[in-house]
Amino acid sequence: MNKIKTLDDLRKMREAFKADIDLREKSNHPEQMIQIKISMATCGIASGAKEIMNYFVQTLNKRQIDALVTQTGCMGYCYAEPTAEIILPGKEPLVFGYLTEEKVDELINQYIQQGILVDGIMPITYNAVNPE
Amino acid sequence: MTTFTDYILVCGGTGCRASQSEQLINSLKSAILQQGLQEKVQVLRTGCFGFCEQGPIVKMVPDNTFYVQVYPSDADEIVREHLVKGRKVARLLYTNPETKEHISDSKHMDFYKKQYRIALRNCGFINPENIDEYIARDGYVSLGKALTEMTPEEVIQEIKDSGLRGRGGGGFPTGMKWEITRKVVADQKYVVCNADEGDPGAFMDRSILEGDPHSILEAMAINGYCTGADKGLIYIRAEYPLAVERLKIAIKQATEYGLLGDNIFGTDFSFSIEIRYGAGAFVCGEETALIHSMEGQRGEATSKPPFPSEQGYKGQPTNVNNVETYANIPVILQKGAKWFSSIGTERSKGTKVFALAGKVNNVGLIEVPMGTTLREVIFGIGGGIKDGKKFKAVQTGGPSGGCLTEKHLDLPIDYDNLLAAGSMMGSGGMIVMDEDDCMVAVSKFYLDFTVEESCGKCTPCRVGNKRLQEILHRITIGKGEVEDLELLKNLGNVIKDTALCGLGQTSPNPVLSTMEHFRDEYLAHVVDKKCPSHQCRKLIHYYINAEKCRGCTVCARICPVHCITGERKIPHVIDTLECIRCGSCIEKCKFDAIYII
Repeated sequence: MNKIKTLDDLRKMREAFKADIDLREKSNHPEQMIQIKISMATCGIASGAKEIMNYFVQTLNKRQIDALVTQTGCMGYCYAEPTAEIILPGKEPLVFGYLTEEKVDELINQYIQQGILVDGIMPITYNAVNPE
Repeated sequence: MTTFTDYILVCGGTGCRASQSEQLINSLKSAILQQGLQEKVQVLRTGCFGFCEQGPIVKMVPDNTFYVQVYPSDADEIVREHLVKGRKVARLLYTNPETKEHISDSKHMDFYKKQYRIALRNCGFINPENIDEYIARDGYVSLGKALTEMTPEEVIQEIKDSGLRGRGGGGFPTGMKWEITRKVVADQKYVVCNADEGDPGAFMDRSILEGDPHSILEAMAINGYCTGADKGLIYIRAEYPLAVERLKIAIKQATEYGLLGDNIFGTDFSFSIEIRYGAGAFVCGEETALIHSMEGQRGEATSKPPFPSEQGYKGQPTNVNNVETYANIPVILQKGAKWFSSIGTERSKGTKVFALAGKVNNVGLIEVPMGTTLREVIFGIGGGIKDGKKFKAVQTGGPSGGCLTEKHLDLPIDYDNLLAAGSMMGSGGMIVMDEDDCMVAVSKFYLDFTVEESCGKCTPCRVGNKRLQEILHRITIGKGEVEDLELLKNLGNVIKDTALCGLGQTSPNPVLSTMEHFRDEYLAHVVDKKCPSHQCRKLIHYYINAEKCRGCTVCARICPVHCITGERKIPHVIDTLECIRCGSCIEKCKFDAIYII
């Protein structure tokens, strides 16, 4: 792995990573990557986030849906764990709470495959400081 | 295949459900059916919008119109006007209380500016185990900027100008601490991250470490550059295995990229970070005890001065800051001190993360600008009190803080206001209590905790707190006297004045503040030998109302000590001497016939 020697190196890397992510998120091609981020802090895991993540991965594999399932930290909605953010290409990210295996099936059948919204969307109630 | 073009999102939070949001969903569905739009429009239930005082909330997708206080009778109009004719229903839009303007998009509403995430900026966004995602969100740019474009003095000045104060609870100005450590001449200095989060109900630091570990590493390196330290130590309790795991991964990745290690960014600055484990003793959150624990000694506090900044780990100057304090540093350098100091109140700048817990609907992790009121936090973001009960008090600062009551709800939260009100900021635990909580029992709960966690070195804390605990215990079992209240107060104040470290000096706070705000409750315990909230078991008795009891025998069958007797279809009786007040009977009684005195 290349070491970062200067601030310029770092900035170049940042641009490259940002471009990767933008390509994933903003592209309008449905064949582009679907992203699912599972909130996996200790509290999420205690409420079953790990099982939900496994179930997502298994079900998506079984159905041969190409999606990137990753973990992230606490989203702050402790009362609605397990939670996951789903980013469909070209669409605003949406967070869904109170996940169960049945809910995951519904999300995959309705939202991920057909773009139909389902119950259980968690409204975003905050602003965050923006990167540069 | 159905293709919906429009969605109506209805808030399914507890507050909105209490104001008929379920009926609203039904009314909307039938209005849609009436207009023949069932193939085009879908009604959905969402999580809490957090704006419960204006509920029930409805949001139209895709045009993002936000309607407030929508009742079932409004359903027809929304469907006819908004969906059929494409016109917004003006009377249901939110009105800005100051400008009287209608606002249709939640993005422009003040309420949704109440939560502002600086320390939590990356939590829940990035994969904490992938450094690339942190870099994509400007990670390590502040470190690069500091090392290559700024002198240590300039960085310290920036932190001082930002007005950042320690988020671990004390509120000491961070820039000043860094400056003191910098000025001490020594061959070896250390930077320490205090991740020993021990308050009951607090999980801010854990969430940051688990969600954004690199922000801590970056800030520690910046601190090392400023103070002249080349070694960083993270003191973390072993009960946080996931946070430890993610920190380890983060340290490894940052080292591989050369962002930790020798000659960072091609400069002559080198910095490495190690993890030290604590065994989960509350006192080790106190910085001198923390340092002793890291040295392999007993986790006991020592008196200050000398401060760790002068003489800390292995006798060398050591800069100790809390996790959340560090999480703010990269953003301050990136956006500037002026930007940071524009947020918050006069003497408390920036934001504060709170772990909202207890009897509140939306338990969660929140971050608000300093100066936000308790009411906005508990009734706005928190969604109000569970089960429609009445708010009684909120404990800030954990076992070191005090309780605040109804009259403090409009108090803007900052370090100085909370101190003046007899509590403290603490690290950010916020435990909400409702009418069912007994304040004597609550203060006893916290004291049980501090007695357990006292290191035992100084007498006021070791013996004094034990005596406080005994008196409180006496009061909760009905053996207290009126004189005990005076004794509690005097003893509490002596402990505050004489204990060695922060743990002892603050441990009487819960008792003293509950005694001040809820003296009636204490009096009821000692004079009438009654617990008004029915929590102290020795002070309550269960009875059966003979008029309501149908003699169904359910209670008699469920009672674990068989103290309920009676014939079928004839009112039953509880033998109060045998009764253990477990509450099983009251839970099962279908006729509301059992009551507590």
